Amino acid sequence: MTPSPARSRTPSAAEGGRRTVVETDKLSLTFETADGPVHALSEIDLRVEHGDFVSLIGPSGCGKTTLLRAIADLEQATAGRIEVNGVSPHQARLDRSYGYVFQAPALYPWRNIERNVTLPLEIMGMSRQERADCAGKYLELVDLAGFGKKFPWQLSGGMQQRASIARALCFDPELLLMDEPFGALDEIVRDHLNEQLLQLWDKTRKTVVFVTHSIPEAVFLSTRIVVMSPRPGRIIDVIETDFPRDRTLDVRETPAFLEVAHRVREGLRAGHSYDG
Amino acid sequence: MTIASRLAAGKAGPVAAVSLVIVAIWYLGAIYMNAEMQIDRYEREETVWSAGDLVRATLSQERPLLPAPHQILIEMKKTIIDKPITSKFSLVFHSWVTLSSTLLGFAIGTALGILLAVGIVHVKTLEKSLMPWVISSQTIPILAIAPMVVVVLGAIGLKGLLPKAIISTYLCFFPVTIGMVKGLRSPDPLQMDLMRTYSASRWQTFWLLRWPSSLPFLFASLKVAIAISLVGAIVGELPTGAQAGLGARLLAGSYYGQTIQIWSALVTAALLAATMVALVGVVERQLLRRMGARP
Repeated sequence: MTPSPARSRTPSAAEGGRRTVVETDKLSLTFETADGPVHALSEIDLRVEHGDFVSLIGPSGCGKTTLLRAIADLEQATAGRIEVNGVSPHQARLDRSYGYVFQAPALYPWRNIERNVTLPLEIMGMSRQERADCAGKYLELVDLAGFGKKFPWQLSGGMQQRASIARALCFDPELLLMDEPFGALDEIVRDHLNEQLLQLWDKTRKTVVFVTHSIPEAVFLSTRIVVMSPRPGRIIDVIETDFPRDRTLDVRETPAFLEVAHRVREGLRAGHSYDG
Repeated sequence: MTIASRLAAGKAGPVAAVSLVIVAIWYLGAIYMNAEMQIDRYEREETVWSAGDLVRATLSQERPLLPAPHQILIEMKKTIIDKPITSKFSLVFHSWVTLSSTLLGFAIGTALGILLAVGIVHVKTLEKSLMPWVISSQTIPILAIAPMVVVVLGAIGLKGLLPKAIISTYLCFFPVTIGMVKGLRSPDPLQMDLMRTYSASRWQTFWLLRWPSSLPFLFASLKVAIAISLVGAIVGELPTGAQAGLGARLLAGSYYGQTIQIWSALVTAALLAATMVALVGVVERQLLRRMGARP
């Protein structure tokens, strides 16, 4: 088992000019439920640097979503340290330093696509003109130009999720947190969106933390894959990949890809056997 | 849609058939209920009568136990169309008296209902402290409260429209509060989390998420509220000495056994309520369509 790298560096420490965006140190999170405490996360050490595409992969209940929510200050850690951009997640949230994409599009049905995409800008008090400009730019980026005046129900599931990605991008946060954004879509749409997301990441140079339970998706998208196991949720393997930034879906047929996928699968299996 | 195309769509036919059946049952009921009195009369006057005579007579009594539909319609035509609006006997005049306090009570009640719901949703202690009062307020029969409200407000110099409107308010804030508490809480967790990720203020979360999500619930409540607001206004007219309003017509009618007058006031009130509910429905459809609801 590979330990997670870099557990004792300070958040501001730069390495090769790269900045640490997310850093956790022995992060634990326990939910108090009626049936007793549930250890969702146990001693998580994670480091995400600027420009990384980090996937958290694991079976249901391994705490990958909880970890993402802790980074986003949607859940509170019970022990350990967590920093986003060198400050607490709470401060990072107040600074609006991340865009979050949920499992479901979570578009507001009474707003058209354009007004959904510009919702964060409206909250941040941007003028109508600026909002319209941003909407045009980001709808084009996610290939939804011309759909701005449609209401969510008039779009397919894949288009809705792309709109929600545009919404997360439109205020230009450096960090993108994505929680199984394509989990509810069929495989063909998912492949297509994976490719688009990769291009988007290459073009915008964002940092992405991506939760998934699909091995091919994780291997295809990531610069680093974090394999997690359940009860208590913990990291059991961290795998670096070095596929070219402009790779296409064809990379999935290469031996290097299959090798990484195999290692992820081994890690997941190890996590399960440990669980008994 | 034109009337012709609606007829072709086959919806008007069944509706008309059901209405006809109801009217037929009403006529049968009127004959049956008024027959006894009519037979008594025939016997007193020692008249020879046939079944045809009896049917005709039961449907044209001056003070029937149950008036026939056409008697009510004739009375309504007389009091709505033929009488000048300024007349004390005009149902238009009485309807307007009742309608004005209905609308005032509805407006105050809706505002109060929304305000209570906003408080209950945002402040935990308000839910614990207000909700029991809101609910128990509706367990008291309105007939018991109405005279007290009218008398107490009369004693401090408030007469006329306001006391009646307050009784409407008392009835109609309740469905609005219940509906809006549910509506303001209807955003799903993801929609709420989204607001959190933007560190939106409470006011922004309210105005951009909770309020628009609650509107379908609000309109469902408003339809109930406007109908019971009318009930409240009519009940409010009973203890005021029955000077004016549909309630006054009901009361005066029952003093003098004028059943046709009572029924025509009742039917007018029902038509009024149906119209107002329909109007709320029109506003609802317009607004929700503009908010992207599926047609």
